[in-house]
Amino acid sequence: MNNKNIILKAENISKQYRLGTVGTGTLSHDLNRFWHKIRGKEDPYLKVGEVNDRSSKGASEYVWALKDINFEVEVGEVLGIIGKNGAGKSTLLKILSKVTAPTTGLIKSRGRIASLLEVGTGFNPELTGRENIYLNGAILGMTKKEITSKLDEIIEFSGCERYIDTPTKRYSSGMTVRLAFAVAAFLEPEILVVDEVLAVGDAEFQKKAIGKMQDISKEGGRTVLFVSHNMAAVQSLCTRSIVLQNGTIQYVGETDDAIQFYLKESSSSFEMEKIEHRKGNGLVKLKNVSVHGSQKDILPQTGKKFIIEFDFDNPQKIDSSTMKFDFRIDDYVGQRIAWISNRVVESSPSENCKTISFEIQKLNLNKGTYYVTTHLMVNNAVSDWIQNAFSFDVTEGDFYGTGRQVSPSQSKILMDFNVVYK
Amino acid sequence: MSNTEFEQEEWLFEIKPKNNFFSLNLKEVWQYRDLLLLFVNRDIVTVYKQTVLGPLWYLIQPLFTSIIFTIIFNNVAGIQTGSIPPFLFNLAGIMVWNYFTSCLNDTSDTFKKNASIFGKVYFPRIIVPLSIVVSNLVKFGIQFLIFVAFYIYYVFNGMELQLSSITLFFPLLVVLMGFLGLGLGMIISSLVTKYRDLSFLVGFGVQLLMYLSAVMYPMALLKEKLPSFGWLIEYNPLAYIVETSRYLLLKEGTISGFGMLYTVVITFVIVVVGLLIFNKTEKSFIDTV
Repeated sequence: MNNKNIILKAENISKQYRLGTVGTGTLSHDLNRFWHKIRGKEDPYLKVGEVNDRSSKGASEYVWALKDINFEVEVGEVLGIIGKNGAGKSTLLKILSKVTAPTTGLIKSRGRIASLLEVGTGFNPELTGRENIYLNGAILGMTKKEITSKLDEIIEFSGCERYIDTPTKRYSSGMTVRLAFAVAAFLEPEILVVDEVLAVGDAEFQKKAIGKMQDISKEGGRTVLFVSHNMAAVQSLCTRSIVLQNGTIQYVGETDDAIQFYLKESSSSFEMEKIEHRKGNGLVKLKNVSVHGSQKDILPQTGKKFIIEFDFDNPQKIDSSTMKFDFRIDDYVGQRIAWISNRVVESSPSENCKTISFEIQKLNLNKGTYYVTTHLMVNNAVSDWIQNAFSFDVTEGDFYGTGRQVSPSQSKILMDFNVVYK
Repeated sequence: MSNTEFEQEEWLFEIKPKNNFFSLNLKEVWQYRDLLLLFVNRDIVTVYKQTVLGPLWYLIQPLFTSIIFTIIFNNVAGIQTGSIPPFLFNLAGIMVWNYFTSCLNDTSDTFKKNASIFGKVYFPRIIVPLSIVVSNLVKFGIQFLIFVAFYIYYVFNGMELQLSSITLFFPLLVVLMGFLGLGLGMIISSLVTKYRDLSFLVGFGVQLLMYLSAVMYPMALLKEKLPSFGWLIEYNPLAYIVETSRYLLLKEGTISGFGMLYTVVITFVIVVVGLLIFNKTEKSFIDTV
């Protein structure tokens, strides 16, 4: 890589967090740290961190949200950062935008960094749109003069002209976001950090926002770091991407390859043996679950083939015809979305049943996180019942084949239909 | 941008785990001066939006406090204020004291109150406490006007005019008071992020401190009546500021060269310590707040 054009360089960035509440123990840990420090020894808590795996129970109170992150960004590049929830994306952006300091490591930059971590920070509901443009612009690092020179453009881009002298507390949430993004879009830093801003606003505005970001990088020659779960947006914007997992970089390279890598890594299987909150006589027990797309290494995606496979521990070789297995799918607030059972469809029974696999040809769950409760009965007695056994993510997909999306807040389930005009 | 610019191994800035021991970046603060003014504007404009009396509330509070103090401390308890009308005496003390407490109270909340902004955007955090001190100065200015109005009223009613060239030093005292509030506020705000206990302490601590700061009585009176506790007030820089302010404005009470020097030194130390702690906290407070 040509060393001359590096605008941003991260060297061994790590960030440690302490789990649990900050309360009792804070003072004693602080004193212990201080005691080590005055004797010239290393911070004792820096050694104890564990890999940040959200779902597994750890022994240490301290975890590494990021561990030894190294990367370089070239001038004018749009770098995508992708990863599952809790992979460390936001922590990395927070460090880059100087909101919090890394525990160890160093970031060197040749340009001003401005961040769009959730737009609209510092909006005061009592102030008018115009006043908030000034306030928000100044918070993001613009001078009053700069803002004044761009005020008309900002107002026009936001599309809130009519409301510009009304306090923002009277705005709809969409309007607030539009106004806030408009301010941020006219920032002129050398490096722009963007986190999930496109998740808000309507389709028209999202398109506008993506277009603006492309302009920023292509015509403005500015560098953009873009974090998103929206693979389509990452694909269209970014030239190179980083895949983060459990706080470490798993992959760096071309965006297409990175997305492929990410989707493979994200297909999930869950061990059920260790779960203790289960009920039933335990005649047959759930051992393992695998949730994936058409193949084991493909992530579940809306509109694509979806397979959910349950492996059982069946020591007494019980026949599947005496087993009634069903599972329910809840959304993240616990509302039931679907109930699926091996008894509602015809299937050929198997002796010594070890695995029950459900195949859905065209997954009609919208993107989002879903929770599954499993329930197994053998000879009409509960054998194994696990509430909220595991969760899985469905990624965005092209269900209708038109490229148009239905917001998950409108509909969790998608239906095939035709429109007929008469 | 030409490549030659990049040939030198120079970086615009670095992000490191910890700040240098003392790294107040004044240049950066200057770059964000517009933000400071906008914060001041926000603080002043928004507080009394949707109120009927608006900025008049700035006046009502010190006026009523002065009236109550005059009734309780002067009429009931019989504290003597020399040739100065007790009401004016109290108003002067309360005005200066209020400036200190509002600076202290507001800055000590800096990290807690702004956690949501601080968690998302970077700007020099010191801008927030600075803007608080400035916007409180504006409020103080409004209160000072009412003081002047009453002063004129009393002069017309036969009070002797006490102004002299020494009165011109009064703004310096106000600035000193502002810095003291800022420094203490920064120390407390930094510690509050981790140890919430302090915010309770500040709440009533400030109230108690008022009684030790010669707000409603002349310094000499306490020393005379309670000689064994005289040191309490003698080591309190706030008492010197309040007492000296009254001397400059009303020629009432005492002025002590040693006291002022002591106050200036203490204020300087507190501000420096405040800056150090604040600087250290701003880098990582978001993880502990």
